[in-house]
Amino acid sequence: MNRRLLWMPLVAFVVVAALFAWMLPREPDRQVRSRLVGKPLPDFTLAPIATGKPGLSTAAFRTGTPRLLNVFGSWCVPCAAEAPQLAKLAAAGAPIDAIAIRDTKADVAQFLTRNGDPFAAVGDDRNSSVQLSLGSSGVPETFVIDGQGKIAHQHIGAIRDEDVPMLLAKLDAAK
Amino acid sequence: MIAEVGLAALWLAAAMALLQLAMAAIALSSRAPEPPQIVRDLLSAVRPVAVAQAVLAAGSFAALIALFARTDLSVLLVAENSHSAKPMLYKVAATWGNHEGSMLLWVTVLALAGGGIALFERMLAVRTHAATLAAQGAIAAGFYAFLLFASNPFARLSPSPSEGLGLNPLLQDPGLAFHPPTLYLGYVGLSVAFSFAVGALVTRDVGRDFARAMRPWVLGAWVFLTIGITAGSYWAYYELGWGGWWFWDPVENASLMPWLAATALLHSVTVLATRDGLRAWTVMLSVVAFSMSMVGTFLVRSGILTSVHAFAVDPTRGGFILALLILYIGGALALFAFRVGTVRQGALFEPVSREGGLVLNNLLLSVILGIVLIGTLYPLLAEAFGVQLSVGPPFFNRAAGPIALVLVGAMAVGPLLRWRRDDGVAVLRRVAVPGGVALAVLVAARLGTDGGWLPVLGLAFAAGLAIASVLPLVGRKPWRTPLAIYGMVVAHLGIAVSLAGMASESAFTAERLVAAAPGESHTVGPFAVRFDGIKPVVGDNWSAVQGKLTVTRGTGRPFVLRPEQRFFANPPTETSEAALATFWDGQLYAVLGRDDVGGRRQLRLWWKPFVSLIWAGGGLIAIGGLLALVGRVRRRRRQVAA
Repeated sequence: MNRRLLWMPLVAFVVVAALFAWMLPREPDRQVRSRLVGKPLPDFTLAPIATGKPGLSTAAFRTGTPRLLNVFGSWCVPCAAEAPQLAKLAAAGAPIDAIAIRDTKADVAQFLTRNGDPFAAVGDDRNSSVQLSLGSSGVPETFVIDGQGKIAHQHIGAIRDEDVPMLLAKLDAAK
Repeated sequence: MIAEVGLAALWLAAAMALLQLAMAAIALSSRAPEPPQIVRDLLSAVRPVAVAQAVLAAGSFAALIALFARTDLSVLLVAENSHSAKPMLYKVAATWGNHEGSMLLWVTVLALAGGGIALFERMLAVRTHAATLAAQGAIAAGFYAFLLFASNPFARLSPSPSEGLGLNPLLQDPGLAFHPPTLYLGYVGLSVAFSFAVGALVTRDVGRDFARAMRPWVLGAWVFLTIGITAGSYWAYYELGWGGWWFWDPVENASLMPWLAATALLHSVTVLATRDGLRAWTVMLSVVAFSMSMVGTFLVRSGILTSVHAFAVDPTRGGFILALLILYIGGALALFAFRVGTVRQGALFEPVSREGGLVLNNLLLSVILGIVLIGTLYPLLAEAFGVQLSVGPPFFNRAAGPIALVLVGAMAVGPLLRWRRDDGVAVLRRVAVPGGVALAVLVAARLGTDGGWLPVLGLAFAAGLAIASVLPLVGRKPWRTPLAIYGMVVAHLGIAVSLAGMASESAFTAERLVAAAPGESHTVGPFAVRFDGIKPVVGDNWSAVQGKLTVTRGTGRPFVLRPEQRFFANPPTETSEAALATFWDGQLYAVLGRDDVGGRRQLRLWWKPFVSLIWAGGGLIAIGGLLALVGRVRRRRRQVAA
């Protein structure tokens, strides 16, 4: 057997350990900013995917009232974990729309019945194209959009309980 | 007082671990062909020191249990994690329901494993045995240091509070009492394989004896790991109220990866013990299996990955465990690279042979392990490059599912192959019946369901494997067949049973979510469920809203299900207690949801045909492992006696 090959497991482990060491001191940074923060939403029109709810287009965010835009997938566990917090935001009067990523009607219906449905409209982003144009690469993410269609804030990752007041404040500040 | 005794025992255990390492190292550094008396004395003294270490660690853990049992609130850990109003079972279980306590359990299992080798292992050469115990002592020393310097479970709290903060209610379940200890016995029990491998590399003693000595220990750890994972999956299924049994969450993956490696190891060690092949590979797997346990511990304890399992996390502690990982895994892999070249090549074999089947099993298990590892770490890698994402079940199911099915196919054929060399045509004849049945089930299932291919293929492979797995018994005299063969048959049958459950759950589950008014009836699967209303109930440290559901199946007698929504006061939390009715052909799963408008209540109802087979199969796998273990140990006794 080639002697060098025997070192491969160690090399692979060193790479993984270096990754751990590099990532460990980082505070989990949920406040990463998209370059689009402060810029207008890209133009999009998405077909409906949730039964009985309209689809979503950029025009919906230019009505003068700030709204939340949640990017989720029925297949994503953190999205289910943040559902109670979205419900709290909705209960506090925050209007929330959503974009479902790489999803199907049946899966979305099941997800919404299982985890609660705080959304006014849900758009079908089958190939992630709108998600990517928003400067979002993962799920879940939540954007605060001011009444003129401009992105005021981007929240990356699941909304935790302590993020709820912060998001409400951002929504208020976007007026 | 108890806390101080426990802490003292922990320090002493750490000293014993270092002593164990130092004594063995000094003795082994002497290369004289006729070692002087002092060296022989040192070598023989390593055993009692390892036993003493185990006794001290167990004593320390017992002290912590005593503190929790009497709710000694002057101990910080007790005050933070327990409450005087809790039932006794949960007071005791709270000992390992927190970071410090569970790490103490971890290192106690490590010490007990070392003590076990010292007391019961008689097959290894003296020097290899000492080197094995030295490795076990070295690992233990690092984790003792972690406890003593970064996670002291016995720290006092002054002034002591009048009441404790309580335990996370999700953890207040009989599942917690048993799931972590069994999982740890498996997880940490694999340290034995690691230490055997390191010991054998140090003394250049890799061969059949090494494999035969290691096999029962690996089997034992594997049985516990299987039970721990199966129990954990069932616990998540009924306690979380989500109706799912596996979520591909990083913490679940952390327990699955060592299991995959240990399963591969069990099979490669058989090749080494029986045919003296796969030497370097078996050593590699022994190192990898426990390395996966340590990586898992790191992932869980450092909080480096986002998980639905919210453990208390702390980057400093993460740094400490990472340093230990680098020391032990890096050290073992470096030793492997230096030394394994000096291991003589083992026996060779033909591709179509029992060995060939086992090699295929190992390759496929390794690929699945790689997929799970990459899927688990990928979000972290992406984050290092500034991208945040999560890898979901679709990735794991699509990537690992098909390979797992190929593995099941190999599992059906492998045990029917002869050692060394077999004839391809004869093999095909042997698998004709299970293959035909699998094909028939495939056609029937495809016509009978609408959905993905994966569940349908799962049902077909399960049927084929179920038949193939018992074929090794055909033509054997039942009373003369070794227990190890029965063990293999039962374990493989368990895989078939479990797979059938998974495929059936995924293909046939019926789900209903309704907002039900009192008196209303709804149907799910073959059941009519009538919502009779709610009433308040009170428990030891919780109150609840309990729903009453009257269920009838066809013309059968009606029965009552009572799902609850519980409210815990300390700490304030709300949980769903699902109500389950188990039948021979599946489970009805009911969850009581929130209030809805007009006095209605949300109800989630699932009918999951044959879902229980998932865990029944897990149980069979563990029983199979146990049978093989008993068989091996009995045979070894006879050999030692002879």
